[in-house]
Amino acid sequence: MSRSRGAVLGIVLLGLIAPIAVGLAETARAAFGVLPALGLWEWSLEPWRMLLAQPGFGTSLRLSLVTGLGSTVISLALAVGFCAAAPGRMRWLAPFLAVPHAAMAVGLAFVLAPSGWIARALAPVMGWVQPPDVASVHDGWGLALMLGLVVKELPFLLLVMASGLSQLPVARQIAVGRAMGYGPGVAWIKLILPQLWPLIRLPVWVVLAYGLSVVDMAIILGPSNPPTLAVAVLRWFNAADVAMILPASVGALLQAGLVVGSILALWGAEGLLRVVGRWWLRRGGRGVSWAPGLHMARLGVWALMGLAAVALASLLVWSLTWRWSYPMLWPEGWSDRIWMSAVWAKALINTLILAGVTVGLSMALAVFWLEAEEGLPRAPWAEALIYLPLLMPQIGFLYGLNVVFLRAGLSGGYLAVIWAQALFVFPYVMIALSEPWRAMDARLLRVGAAVGAGRWQRLIALRLPMLLRPILTAAAIGVAVSVAQYLPTLFLGAGRIATLTTEAVTLSSGSDRRVIGVYASLQAALPFAAYGLAALIPAWWHRNRRDLRGGGV
Amino acid sequence: MSLELIELSVSRGGVALFAPLSLQVAAGDVVTVMGPSGVGKSTLLDGIGGHLAHGFSQAGRVLVQGRDVTALPAEARRIGLMFQDALLFPHLSVGDNLAFGLPAAIKGRAVRRAAVEAALAQAGLEGMYARDPATLSGGQKARAALMRALVADPLALLLDEPFSKLDAGLRSEMRRFLFGHLRARGIATLMVTHDPEDAAEAGGMVVDL
Repeated sequence: MSRSRGAVLGIVLLGLIAPIAVGLAETARAAFGVLPALGLWEWSLEPWRMLLAQPGFGTSLRLSLVTGLGSTVISLALAVGFCAAAPGRMRWLAPFLAVPHAAMAVGLAFVLAPSGWIARALAPVMGWVQPPDVASVHDGWGLALMLGLVVKELPFLLLVMASGLSQLPVARQIAVGRAMGYGPGVAWIKLILPQLWPLIRLPVWVVLAYGLSVVDMAIILGPSNPPTLAVAVLRWFNAADVAMILPASVGALLQAGLVVGSILALWGAEGLLRVVGRWWLRRGGRGVSWAPGLHMARLGVWALMGLAAVALASLLVWSLTWRWSYPMLWPEGWSDRIWMSAVWAKALINTLILAGVTVGLSMALAVFWLEAEEGLPRAPWAEALIYLPLLMPQIGFLYGLNVVFLRAGLSGGYLAVIWAQALFVFPYVMIALSEPWRAMDARLLRVGAAVGAGRWQRLIALRLPMLLRPILTAAAIGVAVSVAQYLPTLFLGAGRIATLTTEAVTLSSGSDRRVIGVYASLQAALPFAAYGLAALIPAWWHRNRRDLRGGGV
Repeated sequence: MSLELIELSVSRGGVALFAPLSLQVAAGDVVTVMGPSGVGKSTLLDGIGGHLAHGFSQAGRVLVQGRDVTALPAEARRIGLMFQDALLFPHLSVGDNLAFGLPAAIKGRAVRRAAVEAALAQAGLEGMYARDPATLSGGQKARAALMRALVADPLALLLDEPFSKLDAGLRSEMRRFLFGHLRARGIATLMVTHDPEDAAEAGGMVVDL
């Protein structure tokens, strides 16, 4: 048993961690002037000088910090307020979680733009005949980008919190708090939040890391000149002048440093809040006046999710539009021309192939891992390593990884892209699957062994069918993650493998909205379809099995 | 069909959970192990059946019909297992739960089906092959679980507080049913419980752990 676990750990280390380490090392070498491809072998600080000389570098850095930290703090505050005000079921959020960032960003741009739905709705009131001259998207403050990030991170945080809350005796503890005169919201914040935080700390870090280094959403919604640091680094990497790879590498390293520094700062803030929180708790204020604030958070979440729904609807509406002039609220003519032209077919097929293979591989590896740990102590360090790809900014190591792949002759092919996507699909699949896997009643397997079923038979005939629902849910999450990947596909595919996401992002800068609408609709539809199947297949399969219909064993 | 424990002990982190235990269960006998909860009764059964989780280590030997099975994995020991919960596999029909337990050596679709139907009939579950286990009553579930254990043709059987979740009326009925079957088949049975009535009804030796 310990040998198969050793094999799994080996695969994970070599397959997932080594690429990150190697990619970072390559990037770091280039950041200090060593770039053999350009004949540069001397260590130097010249790349750093080049970076500092880039116009707008300081602004880019500031924008990344403000949008990344800002969106994380806002989504966290709204999520906490929402949970404190209205603890309840969160399953209605799953569709918003499933939508790829790029599709949501395109939809939001359609709604927020000066010629978008909001401006059209306001036009009669404001007397606008032309789209107003306001930068409501790509604004220099990064507000549109922050809004987009909050809209996408909020459902993630809420679902993570809901999962954490299900492990705590919330109702009883709130009842105790209320019996002592605390308002329900304040009782939640004082009693439940401190217990919840350790369960959501890592996901919050993931959100922070993502917000600081997001590329696709920043291209679609963020300021363009100068853009956020991650987008600027991408531009430099892709610049016509290959020497720009040097400052780009420094930028990529800085991006990684930015994430590490911000996570450390959040950790420090957590320690500070613990002290302040204890002082606040000991004062014993009943905090009845908090209710309006929590109510506002609840309204805010509803409003943002409403906006998200409108954004998604606008994708479909635009994809079917023939003519839609300003300030009409609704298209004047409809057409399925672009859908019928099937220009999108190639990108769709690529996306499906990549999703199928990466999710298949990741699921197999996750099942192998979880099965190998049966009867062995957990390996927390290995589990922590799984999170590494989610905390590390993609731009920090993907360029370096591509250099290594180029040298091995692997770059630009499906294999390289599959590998790069699996770096991010596997952790999510593993996180989604491990809890229900470990929660299964082990006595069922013992009964199986007692009647003579060997290890493989227990896995295939008992465990997998009993866990069909969580397995398919994990696979659907994997599909959503794979479909959403932008940078890994772009870098490791050397721009040659076009997926729905890479096309949607490329087209988003000034192409025909009807075409973008088609790509973004498809991009959003794939995860929906995956989640739908993940719900329908077990429901049909176990239609006569009452104990499995609720979900999980 | 006998079960023999020789100086069997289970320890965790170097600390023995109970004094080394030696006992013999003759075919058709039910030996009862009693003791307060937390003393390691279930762990003893895990050790005998080969189900010990990581962190536990075992010393001593387990013999089934004179054969040393200590080094064998659980699935090769032919020692059946029943818990206080029926633990029918929720994804299989009642009949398929039994078919899962039926040894592969019994070949042929019709033959296997007939064997399962016969076992169902013995348990008063005629015509319930296709039923969802979740729709059975508590007593029916317990009887189906026993039949699943028995069709596997075990040489010995371990019972972990098998009646503690049944209500009082059902309990004595189930005791008669279970012990009757075990005696008739001559299966050596070891039962852990903390209900003296279980031990009295079992009629065999009682060991305090």
